[in-house]
Amino acid sequence: MITVENLTKTFPGSTGQVRALDGVNLDVAAGTVLGVVGPSGAGKSTLARCVALLERPDSGSIRVDGTDLVSLDGTALRAARRQIGVVPQGDSLLRQRTAAGNVALPLEAAGVAGPQRRNRVAELLDLVGLTDKAGSYPDQLSGGQRQRIAVARALAASPSVLLADEPTSALDPDTTGSVLTVLDRARAELGVTVLVVTHDMGVVRKICDDVAVLEDGRVVEHGKVLDLVSDAASRTAASLLPAVDQNPAAEGSFDRVADIVLIGFAAVGALLPEATSRFGVELNLLGGGLTRLGETPVARFRVGLKGERADSALEWISEAGGSVRRTLAGPQGVAA
Amino acid sequence: MRTATPWSEVFDQLLVATGETLYMVVVSTLIAVLLGTPVGIWLQLTAPGGLRPRPVLHKVLGFVVDLGRSMPFLVLLVVLTSLTRLLLSSTIGPTAAIVPLSVGAIPFVGRLVQNVLSEVHVSVVEAAVTTGSSTLRIVRSVLLRESLPALVNAVGVTAIALLGYSAMAGVVGGGGLGDLAVRMGYQRFNDRFLWSTVVVLAVIATAIQLITNRVARGVDRRRTTSA
Ligand SMILES: Nc1ncnc2c1ncn2[C@@H]1O[C@H](COP(=O)(O)OP(=O)(O)OP(=O)(O)O)[C@@H](O)[C@H]1O
Ligand SMILES: [Mg+2]
Repeated sequence: MITVENLTKTFPGSTGQVRALDGVNLDVAAGTVLGVVGPSGAGKSTLARCVALLERPDSGSIRVDGTDLVSLDGTALRAARRQIGVVPQGDSLLRQRTAAGNVALPLEAAGVAGPQRRNRVAELLDLVGLTDKAGSYPDQLSGGQRQRIAVARALAASPSVLLADEPTSALDPDTTGSVLTVLDRARAELGVTVLVVTHDMGVVRKICDDVAVLEDGRVVEHGKVLDLVSDAASRTAASLLPAVDQNPAAEGSFDRVADIVLIGFAAVGALLPEATSRFGVELNLLGGGLTRLGETPVARFRVGLKGERADSALEWISEAGGSVRRTLAGPQGVAA
Repeated sequence: MRTATPWSEVFDQLLVATGETLYMVVVSTLIAVLLGTPVGIWLQLTAPGGLRPRPVLHKVLGFVVDLGRSMPFLVLLVVLTSLTRLLLSSTIGPTAAIVPLSVGAIPFVGRLVQNVLSEVHVSVVEAAVTTGSSTLRIVRSVLLRESLPALVNAVGVTAIALLGYSAMAGVVGGGGLGDLAVRMGYQRFNDRFLWSTVVVLAVIATAIQLITNRVARGVDRRRTTSA
């Protein structure tokens, strides 16, 4: 579990102080994956580096499993670092060591020796699916394979927390998938708490339970991905959900037009057809579509309704768990 | 009109001088590398963005090193006479020449080593930091090991530089090939000495280059062909 409270970090810049972090508060529950997103220069890497104990914040606290890490020094600092696995931004493997040798590095630092070390390295290579590359050097591996080895190395000393700064930024979509699968397995099989910095909403869509949006060093949005998508004002929702095209001409002929967000198999599959038959309304899909957030199917549709009981149908959908936002009151002019 | 020195005599003197030169170059390279490498590590650790950044100390250290590097060797040879006497209770001969040669090369090696170590990418070093490794361990198994091939080449560069400087060892009676070339070849217009020493010096320099290239390749674990 990671708790960040009131974290502040300034850097000396050419035009005065740069406030990279300005009172950041975050919570990552044990065994969940938090995605940190935001525009370039928002402070994402600075946040990750502070939590990785590579950068010392000006003020605030960072607690991992209850212990405040900000003020540690010397041996205590090194011991704390072993609790936190880090996949640094960019290429970070030792080029003079094999894949297995790289994974062994944190175990050497922790004083794990001999057969115990070899077993642990083998376990991790298996976890990331690169057992057959144990003897290969980084120069012989693809970008995605190198990144998976970096994840294996970060997990070697059994940390409770895993940090990854843009782990997929240099990768094509296929390889990105393989790296994300590995991060997801770390959480699922090892129970690790994961904080991943990314500019790719695809990463959030695929593996994140929670998301935090940083802007100018402040958290402007923070919550569960599935909660945020039903929030009409959320910018996370706007970038995660299927887009709906504006088409006023088509919308004019309906009594009601609404955007509906549906979450989960049952809702996505059954809610709209059931509303049609219950209330005897005609329901047309005008736009939107289906996506998946992790394992959960999520849909956003723009629908047009015709019929006496259109309002009741929308109300029922809302009560049944759909999130409904009306965009057009229609010719009947009845406000809900 | 003088007759040319017989080749057998040239050969004998050449052999002695070659031995003296190799002795001076090998020993002073060893000492300079042993003492200069820690200086280079220290420079890199204290650099801004290094593992133990100490900007002021780094500046001072860098200044001293560059001062040492810019010192003409001939001046060093004279200035260090009393140090040589202190260490060896003699200021004459090839062994005495080793003192200024080594001392002169320490700052040279220091800068070379720092440059080589600074080539290790910062994310590689930070990855090691986040594993909770001690600074000593990071220096040993990351900084030095990752740059070992380049360090070997730096040793070769140092040895060849010292081969050049050792020619001036004649000033303190150090002998060697350079001294022979100047004494017999230049001052006495003896072409046989002049050209044969030039050839031997070239052969030694080439040999140093070939050997260090091979060793550097040997310690480089990166393989570009797939295993
Ligand atoms: N070491 C540093 N020295 C000075 N300024 C810094 C330093 N590190 C970060 N900054 C500044 O802090 C701010 C936040 O930087 P940070 O790298 O955390 O952004 P980011 O969100 O990771 O951006 P990106 O998406 O481009 O990686 C920027 O204005 C940056 O210029
Ligand atoms: Mg960044």
